[in-house]
Amino acid sequence: MTATVVTVSSGKGGVGKTTTSANLAVALAMSGQKVVCIDADIGLRNLDVILGLENRIVYDLVDVVEGRCRLRQAMIRDKRLPELYLIPAAQTRDKSAVTPSDMVRLADELRSEVDWIIIDCPAGIERGFRNALAPADMVIVVTNPEVSAVRDADRIIGLVEAEEKGPVRLIINRVNPEMVKRGDMLAADDVLELLAVELIGIIPEDDHVVVSANRGQPVALDPRTRAGTAFHNIARRLNGEQVPFMDLDGRKGVLGWLTRIVRPGGN
Amino acid sequence: MADWLDRLFGRQTTSANSAKERLKLVLINDRTDLTPSELESLKNELLEVISRYIEIDPDAVNISMMQEGREQRLLADIPLKPTRRRR
Repeated sequence: MTATVVTVSSGKGGVGKTTTSANLAVALAMSGQKVVCIDADIGLRNLDVILGLENRIVYDLVDVVEGRCRLRQAMIRDKRLPELYLIPAAQTRDKSAVTPSDMVRLADELRSEVDWIIIDCPAGIERGFRNALAPADMVIVVTNPEVSAVRDADRIIGLVEAEEKGPVRLIINRVNPEMVKRGDMLAADDVLELLAVELIGIIPEDDHVVVSANRGQPVALDPRTRAGTAFHNIARRLNGEQVPFMDLDGRKGVLGWLTRIVRPGGN
Repeated sequence: MADWLDRLFGRQTTSANSAKERLKLVLINDRTDLTPSELESLKNELLEVISRYIEIDPDAVNISMMQEGREQRLLADIPLKPTRRRR
């Protein structure tokens, strides 16, 4: 096995980076691949609670880097999906406890053992972002169809390209088809035109995301939900499959509407 | 209903359209690290230099920033005035 290291970033906080990291990891693991996700948000860890693994943490990323435990000991195995592991962030330290070269070494140690390494990047463009970017083979930028999120995504895309880690793949999260239809939300096409990068997923706003976060059961565990389907579609695209994007623009009239009725999960 | 009619006939800009138009300008400034006023002085100085050598009509000049994918391009369209031969 030679893992692909995918770094999930956004610039702006609160656009759904951690939710995306968790659900991509779950969807990839459900397809039978071996996945490790790493929470690079040191001091503000969250991937553990989104995955529902917060009670099982013994060692964390900083313990590994500082040699207090072996890498294996910090990998929490998800009991629901035996091919899914989490390396949690330290909660009581700050981002300077880890360097970009630490992250490269860690990823290289894991590479031969798994299919995917998903790194959840902290918000911002400082050390934490540099740490998460250093070992990346592929960078996913998550944004929302909102002015501030799109602007920050553009800045991150510029930084990723400057580091020669491009081309960036874009996920547009929390699209509300009703608002798009009314002309009160940027459509996926508008965002794509502005940012001019490759699209890899559109995720509809879905109450199930909050509900599943409440329970620590990522929405992708239930592929029948709209958001769950969207995450599985992205996982399939990451594996090289051609999967059509959900129509969330509400611009396709009766036909689009009928398609949604017949296939409630989208396509 | 009136709202809907307004939109149909393009009498009202939707908030999504305003977002898109505003973002276009913001992204140009962010990517070039050039404020609108700096772009303005760039234009003025450019015209000044050019008119030292050839006669141009400053009002007919069009200098703008264009986006091509993720690349920015400074476009200058500078019509020349018909010249009387000096030699």
